[in-house]
Amino acid sequence: MDSPQLNSLYQQLILEHYRHPRNKAELDEKTVEVHMANPVCGDEIRLQLRIENNEIAEAKFVGQGCSISQAAVSMMTTLLEGRSLDDADALAQRFTEMMHGSQDAAKDRSLGDLRALQGVSKFPVRIKCALLGFDALQEALKKGTHEATH
Amino acid sequence: MTSAFDPHRAREDFPALQQSVNGMPLAYLDNAATSQKPRAVLDVMDAYYEHDNANVHRGIHELSRRATEAYEAARVKAARWINAASADEIVWTRGTTEAINLVAASWGLDNIGPGDEILLSVLEHHSNIVPWQILAARTGATIRYIELDDQGRLLLDDLPRLLGERTKIVAISHVSNALGTVNPLHEIIPAAKAAGAVVLVDGAQGAVHSSVDVQTLGADFYAFSGHKMCGPTGIGVLWGRRDMLERMSPYQGGGEMIHIVGRDASSWAAVPHKFEAGTPNIAGAIGLGAAIDYLDTIGMDAIVRHEHELMAYAMERLRAVPGIRIFGPESLEERSAVVSFTMGDAHPHDISTILDAHGVAVRAGHHCAQLVMKHFGVPATARASFYLYSTREDVDRLFAGLDEVRAIFG
Repeated sequence: MDSPQLNSLYQQLILEHYRHPRNKAELDEKTVEVHMANPVCGDEIRLQLRIENNEIAEAKFVGQGCSISQAAVSMMTTLLEGRSLDDADALAQRFTEMMHGSQDAAKDRSLGDLRALQGVSKFPVRIKCALLGFDALQEALKKGTHEATH
Repeated sequence: MTSAFDPHRAREDFPALQQSVNGMPLAYLDNAATSQKPRAVLDVMDAYYEHDNANVHRGIHELSRRATEAYEAARVKAARWINAASADEIVWTRGTTEAINLVAASWGLDNIGPGDEILLSVLEHHSNIVPWQILAARTGATIRYIELDDQGRLLLDDLPRLLGERTKIVAISHVSNALGTVNPLHEIIPAAKAAGAVVLVDGAQGAVHSSVDVQTLGADFYAFSGHKMCGPTGIGVLWGRRDMLERMSPYQGGGEMIHIVGRDASSWAAVPHKFEAGTPNIAGAIGLGAAIDYLDTIGMDAIVRHEHELMAYAMERLRAVPGIRIFGPESLEERSAVVSFTMGDAHPHDISTILDAHGVAVRAGHHCAQLVMKHFGVPATARASFYLYSTREDVDRLFAGLDEVRAIFG
């Protein structure tokens, strides 16, 4: 690649998740589902969670869009199983910090494969793509918490 | 003289084209979204604000006289651009979108009722779909569509079936923004008129890339925007046949559009002012007038010839790109200076980001034409669109960028 910035954006790990997304399937026993779309570009996902005892037991998604949005949601789902709702929310916040350029967050091992997306922070118009999955997650967590307390 | 047209020289007239983006000279290939502005337009607008700024049609003082004169002179230029019979048939709007909304809200509410039909095409920009959906919801009318073939051309064989006595209006684009398809208006308009329908042409792309003569076209309305043809944003034109405009209700109420205001009712100014409530975009209109002057120095024939040659070159090279899928008509005669494409696994957004890193600006997305995207079963395409200042070098830069897309996405 000619451009070092492009190089940092299109990491092999991102392309690998884009081509072979993890947890991309319908979740029959879902307790929460959130549809999130970016009307500007047409990227969309449906995130489905099975929440049990305030914990994410299972996470799956279906969707379509650019490599950044689809890889990010794929990576995200690999980190959700077994997490408490608070913990998942903390992950979403940590990732958002990384998207807004936090070097500290970019070194945080808890973000797992998601750290490969740190190059996106240098492409302001693409940050929304990377956040699509986490926006859906935060919405799902709100719904999940709401349902648990009612 | 027009044969000596040199896009490289024209390019020098456009300050925004003189810059580098991401370390590379800018190759601006997003002209279907908006064109760049020549120095001549920017200077005229600056001069207006620096010397003549005043409200129009309101004052007796010198500045108001100058502003009104320049504003109305621009209207005459806009009339000449599409060969309108009179400048009174030129209504200033914010752009094509507002022009269509004006017709839907005014003519539409006056003339459309339950069971009436509005005929559109699947090719339309959202701005020529949604205003009609709003009208249909208010009036109980039905929307019907002319479908597309696999090259994104209108299936005109269906026209006799689609046009009936219930068809009150046919609203159709001159040129598709998403695919570049040039629609055969000379076939559609006579058929629509024969069925007794009113015809509105969305000329947002049409008035940019071809000579328009509304007197021979046969439509009732023609709408276009200034910003796609070297003018500023926020100014556009609704042309309407004078008798149509005269019969129509006002669109918005306010200053300038009235004749006499009473306590319970008022009477309206003559056309076109009846449709121009409030202080208009004076600098915008004057800027569009300057854009027309600029384009006149080049000549539409020269622009059309140049764009045609460039498209021939671009299409030949594009067809050779591995993994590419090109949308729209195969024949250059049926296509404007627009090419929409996808490439293998690479999403159009990724294509656009990679091209941007090479200083090449293209549009990626659904191009406000989601029905077109659905027709082809894709969520989005990448779109390169050319204009008078586009060069072979721009096209070559596009292909260098596409090489890298392939290197990354395989």
